Amino acid sequence: MSTVTETLHHDDDHHEHHAPPAGIKRWLYTTNHKDIGTLYLWFAFIMFLTGGAMAMVIRAELFQPGLQIVEPHFFNQMTTVHGLIMVFGAVMPAFTGLANWLVPMMIGAPDMALPRMNNWSFWILPFAFLILLSSLFMEGGGPAFGWTFYAPLSTTYSGDSTALFVFSVHIMGISSIMGAINVIVTIFNMRAPGMTWMKMPLFVWTWLITAFLLIAVMPVLAGAVTMVLTDKFFGTSFFDAAGGGDPVMFQHIFWFFGHPEVYIMILPAFGIISQIVPTFARKRLFGYASMVYATASIALLSFIVWAHHMFTTGMPVFAEMFFMLATMLISVPTGVKVFNWVATMWRGSLSFEVPMLFALAFIVLFTIGGLSGLMLAITPVDFQYHDTYFVVAHFHYVLVTGAIFSIMAAVYYWLPKWTGKMFDITLAKWHFWCSLVSVNVLFFPMHFVGLAGMPRRIPDYALQFADFNKWISLGGFAFGLSQLIFLALLIKACRKKGEPVSDQVWEGAEGLEWEIPSPAPYHTFETPPVIK
Amino acid sequence: MAQQEYEKYYVPDSSPWPIVGAVALFLIAVGAGNFVIEQTKGTSGYGGYILIAGFATLIFMLFGWFRNQIHESMTGLYSAQLGRSYRQGMAWFIFSEVMFFGAFFGALFYARMIAIPWLGGSGNNGATNEVLWPTFQAMWPLIETPGGTKTEAMGWYGLPLINTVILLISSVTCHFAHVALEENKRGRLKLMLGITVLLGAIFMSLQVEEYIHAYQEMGLTLQSGVYGNTFFLLTGFHGLHVTLGAIILFIMLLRIFKGHFTPDDHFAFQAGSWYWHFVDVVWVMLFFFVYIL
Ligand code: HEM
Ligand SMILES: [Cu+2]
Repeated sequence: MSTVTETLHHDDDHHEHHAPPAGIKRWLYTTNHKDIGTLYLWFAFIMFLTGGAMAMVIRAELFQPGLQIVEPHFFNQMTTVHGLIMVFGAVMPAFTGLANWLVPMMIGAPDMALPRMNNWSFWILPFAFLILLSSLFMEGGGPAFGWTFYAPLSTTYSGDSTALFVFSVHIMGISSIMGAINVIVTIFNMRAPGMTWMKMPLFVWTWLITAFLLIAVMPVLAGAVTMVLTDKFFGTSFFDAAGGGDPVMFQHIFWFFGHPEVYIMILPAFGIISQIVPTFARKRLFGYASMVYATASIALLSFIVWAHHMFTTGMPVFAEMFFMLATMLISVPTGVKVFNWVATMWRGSLSFEVPMLFALAFIVLFTIGGLSGLMLAITPVDFQYHDTYFVVAHFHYVLVTGAIFSIMAAVYYWLPKWTGKMFDITLAKWHFWCSLVSVNVLFFPMHFVGLAGMPRRIPDYALQFADFNKWISLGGFAFGLSQLIFLALLIKACRKKGEPVSDQVWEGAEGLEWEIPSPAPYHTFETPPVIK
Repeated sequence: MAQQEYEKYYVPDSSPWPIVGAVALFLIAVGAGNFVIEQTKGTSGYGGYILIAGFATLIFMLFGWFRNQIHESMTGLYSAQLGRSYRQGMAWFIFSEVMFFGAFFGALFYARMIAIPWLGGSGNNGATNEVLWPTFQAMWPLIETPGGTKTEAMGWYGLPLINTVILLISSVTCHFAHVALEENKRGRLKLMLGITVLLGAIFMSLQVEEYIHAYQEMGLTLQSGVYGNTFFLLTGFHGLHVTLGAIILFIMLLRIFKGHFTPDDHFAFQAGSWYWHFVDVVWVMLFFFVYIL
């Protein structure tokens, strides 16, 4: 593997860099990829708790049939904003935060390629979500049309706050595009000598491809919200058949963004798992090259499957067939990945530290989500499942036990490198086991109520679903509470409590980031290492 | 790989401009949102003022940020590697713009090839037509919508053709300006870039003329169905980009008069000229798909 030949402890040999300014200015003005990574990660975590609080409202209402706690209109706002926050405020910024922290350290770069723009991309986000959240308090309420904002719900039937929703999505998009440009340019242009493409850690590879997807589809989302804005406020009829438009066209444009978007939320997770599993199996990753090609083909295929979200809209049969087959094709490279992780563990000397626990949970539970996805991909079957809780179960398995678990695995894996101290392992284990059990109580029964026909996004339901929903809600509350353990652990870690760790931290860890000191110095690789 | 390529990469010290930029975008988003609501409901409020404050902050930020950057560049802090970062960043930004226009072209094609024929009853959509608007005939340009709004189609000869020629010539002059810069012929550079900016301005004024004509004489407005929608949003966003591109090139011209840029170090100029060529290509697509076909 790669080795660093140049001296790594050059904390003291830089002249024009001063120590970071103290206080709030450090965070407002920073150009340091590690600071910005930390900002992204904390922001994502706060958004995760905020969106989680909304999920608690949803589950409280659904605890029993009938309407008891919130108005249906408010319930719709909760499902909508919960989705938007989790997608754009929690998962995506968390991955960007990880990219900020890790990509430069993994490829031996002094920082991100465009450090000031990096700071700009971060600071747009809190403002964007301030707008989105405060629109909940407007007259007529916040957005209530689902995170997918289908026309005409978002045009004819929405409130004034739609205008603020549109512009907040616009600036979120600007932030993501700038963030993605930064990642892609860093990887293209900042690799240390000898860090050839096929030596790059998989986290870097998956982020490179994710960044490409982001730059390709975030502008399409911007186009979609713009058309919603003009349809609602300026009398255009893109999504109105009376003027020659078509509400189904909205769905095509949205999902052309939306499906690659779901891969944006899972490809970095694949990268993380591909870093963690070899470490704790003490073996090289099985099939490195096939992992790279699988990632690339998933990304390319993700552009031609979008209409699997629209099987029930009345597309021509040929289109239904095409999108069904293309979707099922994506399972092949996805399967390659799962196979490779398992093959990496095969006959490895496994140990089960906390990051590995999360990674293993990821592999099993993400696969469940992938399999339910495969069921949904079958057109005639989807006619039955579409818009039921089965879909909700599917995407929460891939997103919560997939994307979110991978983020937690990543935090536990690299946190000691960031702080220089081992986190509180007891708390971490509590966090893992509580989350693992509760998340399955929360999402697994959704498959059953979904198959039995319970529709999603409705504040009330038929009596026969009552028992399952009670369990789902209890699981939900337990999962929510479990995250407070994580909060406690993180606060403790940031206050630098705990045992100091070695540079390598984990016995089997390989890669540039494990060769620099722990905690990682403020500036690393100011002169690039030479990789053999 | 030459070792020199890896001379120290310039990592700027902390800078106040990004957060100023974030505040600017915040004000723009809040202002624009409220402004739109106030305009369409006829209520009064502060949306417009917040929007203006946002743009002012943005301009202030761009000014400060670029001044920093020009200063750094002129004092030789930049390396070839950093130059590559900027160029690649610009290239990916342009790619994102391509995708943005792609969304609206997609809407145009979908409306034209799928939505309107279906409304007219093609394929197995006979019932759609029969039940919703039995008298509706599929056509493009859609000069009568299913709902009955009538309008006229914009021809491609006349102003649009002249504008096409203007933009194409400007693309060529922009290229000549670049060549002149690389050959260090400053006089030619100023002339060619000046012509480019001027052509951009003429293009925009003709475009405004065309809009006035469309609104006042043809009844082609933003409200006249999906033909007018795609027409105005595509040409409108293109026009915004031309304006922006012309402003960028104008600033480059000012900098050239101040003696900035050398034959082998002129990233800002190059970015502006890439942007200009991109805007041209979009126009050619527009001319074909919106006007001619
Ligand atoms: C094995 C690969 C996958 C397949 C075959 C698949 C298939 C599908 C299908 C057919 C639907 C539409 C269901 C319906 O609305 O009737 C769907 C929904 C969804 N999928 Fe997947 N999926 C896969 C992986 C993923 C991954 C990796 C993610 C995200 C990380 C994801 C996120 C979602 C989301 C968020 C929705 C619901 C969107 C909504 O309507 O709100 N899927 N999936
Ligand atoms: Cu999908």
